[in-house]
Amino acid sequence: MPRYVSHPDEVIVLKRRHGKGAADIDKYMELDGYKAVQNAIEQGPDWIINTMKASGLRGRGGAGFPTGMKWSFVPKQSAKPKYVLVNGDESEPGTCKDHVIFLEDPHSVIEGTMIAGLAIGAKMGFIYLRGEYRYLLKIVEKAVADAYAKGFLGKNIFGKEGVDFDIVTQTGAGAYEVGEESALMESLEGKRGVPRIKPPFPAVVGLYGGPTVINNAETIASVPHILLMGGEEYAKLGSERNGGTRLFGISGHVERPGVYELPMGYSLRKAIFEVGGGVKGGRQLKAVVPGGSSCPVLKADEIDVGLDFDQMGKAGTMLGSGGIVVLDETVSIVEFALRTIKFYQHESCGWCIPCREGTDWIKKTLTRVYNDGGQKKDIDNVQYLAENMMGRTFCPLGDAAAMPTLAFVKKFRKEFEDYIDGKKAGTPLMTEEQELAGAAH
Amino acid sequence: MAAVTNTIFSPATAARFDRLVTLYPLKRSALVPMLLYAQDEIGYVSEAAIQEIATRLDLFDLDVRSVLSYYSMLRTKPAGKYNVQVCTNISCMLRGGYEILDHCKRKLGIGHKQVTPDGQFSLEEVECIGACCWAPAMQVNYDFHEELTPEKVDGILAEYAAGRGKDVK
Ligand SMILES: Cc1cc2nc3c(=O)[nH]c(=O)nc-3n(C[C@H](O)[C@H](O)[C@H](O)COP(=O)(O)O)c2cc1C
Ligand code: SF4
Ligand code: FES
Repeated sequence: MPRYVSHPDEVIVLKRRHGKGAADIDKYMELDGYKAVQNAIEQGPDWIINTMKASGLRGRGGAGFPTGMKWSFVPKQSAKPKYVLVNGDESEPGTCKDHVIFLEDPHSVIEGTMIAGLAIGAKMGFIYLRGEYRYLLKIVEKAVADAYAKGFLGKNIFGKEGVDFDIVTQTGAGAYEVGEESALMESLEGKRGVPRIKPPFPAVVGLYGGPTVINNAETIASVPHILLMGGEEYAKLGSERNGGTRLFGISGHVERPGVYELPMGYSLRKAIFEVGGGVKGGRQLKAVVPGGSSCPVLKADEIDVGLDFDQMGKAGTMLGSGGIVVLDETVSIVEFALRTIKFYQHESCGWCIPCREGTDWIKKTLTRVYNDGGQKKDIDNVQYLAENMMGRTFCPLGDAAAMPTLAFVKKFRKEFEDYIDGKKAGTPLMTEEQELAGAAH
Repeated sequence: MAAVTNTIFSPATAARFDRLVTLYPLKRSALVPMLLYAQDEIGYVSEAAIQEIATRLDLFDLDVRSVLSYYSMLRTKPAGKYNVQVCTNISCMLRGGYEILDHCKRKLGIGHKQVTPDGQFSLEEVECIGACCWAPAMQVNYDFHEELTPEKVDGILAEYAAGRGKDVK
């Protein structure tokens, strides 16, 4: 069971009901649950979308696309049914925030899905959880069943004639790529999780060919809170063009790892040294992967930056999924880079050559370096491979593999060179056997 | 739905399948969950399971196999009764994930994707399981175990060996 953590700097919006037994529908209602959706029914779609636009909420799945705008792209008229799809595939290494939401506040996801449905004119929503989250799926399934039992889901919800909404839960079965929105739709249609070409975008042609809004579980869980407090009020909590608060997972070498709710724009340095309790064991900070494993690494002297999509972009990295992974001085970047690419190589769906071959050759080359067979030109080769993957793949997984790789070899080039010269930094974390197996899966 | 007269599944699972195919606008959407629930019951996705699921969804068995081979949690051979899945991805690695994996290897006497001779345990090195802030973490079947130490792992494995481990289905 995830450990509940807190810190005085937290600004609690989304976590308001956490630790209070809100998975129980009556408890959830005591804590203002299902009020936002009833108000949304009264106010209508335009009001919902305007509130969302005013909130400045940006997608918590990784790309940070403004949610209100995304919803407004869905055509009003459609011959095919429209859908809301909640992305709870949560597989980006370093990310475990949706886990906490499903566990502590599943009804907020249900209520957010209903509100999104009202906004775009959908009558059906899907909540997709990664297959590993079986115990959370059961919690969500029970929450959905309880909402049906109260007449909050189904036909004429809340006793409102002609207002219908259904929610179906769905499970994956282990595949990072399925988190990509169009691959997730394929998976939900009972197919291999291979992405679709865009355009058309999901807002126009999505699930079962109908207009579809797909949002991350945290994005959706934020929606009822925004409607309750008002879009402008929510926006004010964050920074410019980055409304509200967000769940940040702080993991790796910190004293107090955990999932904390911080305002957008909060200092990365403070997130590590105050909220996370500083580097574990009083050791020196070496680097930070700021938003899940696909985000380019920041060196210890690059952490005076605000945690929002724009400031992180300016700093040459990304806010991503909000998973802050902290590396202390004992980490070998060569080893860390190898472990990172090993993941992407394993998860590449194999559809397009730059991603399939690029990740494989980077892994092979870094394995050789790691196992003391490297040459200086291997570093150039890795950089060349990664540069040539960028922007040349069907879905963003190729970039997600190339970007961190490029940052490792560019920012820590000297460390790679020294490693090849036999001057190894850091204490190995992988084992002898892993080394021999070439860190293979 | 094509009629399945002689189901290989328990009444509970068969009833779940009957319901699943009615939930979606397209019944094929039930495929991935069905494969997973089939595996949970049988221990793996057997040939007979593939055939029955194909029949239930009006698919060719080839369609089922093609999807089956895509997802890393699905397998066509039995694993141990308790499948120990140790995460070694970045957050876990930084906090001793490999140490935990090695400890499990020694303790169980098996390697990645192997099964103990008595069929009780199998071991897998897995990618991030969404427990990064409580690293190092592992799953035994669907149960999460977090903030692991070798000693803690010993206790957990002993509980399962004695048939007392928690077991989410
Ligand atoms: C390879 C890959 C994996 C992804 N995995 C996830 C995921 O696990 N969860 C998620 O919400 N978004 C994931 N995304 C992002 C989604 O494609 C999509 O942008 C997101 O769900 C949109 O929701 P948002 O606007 O609320 O962020 C992934 C993207 C890629 C390219
Ligand atoms: S970029 Fe990689 S994961 Fe995406 S479609 Fe191409 S091969 Fe598949
Ligand atoms: S890295 Fe191990 S659970 Fe995420």
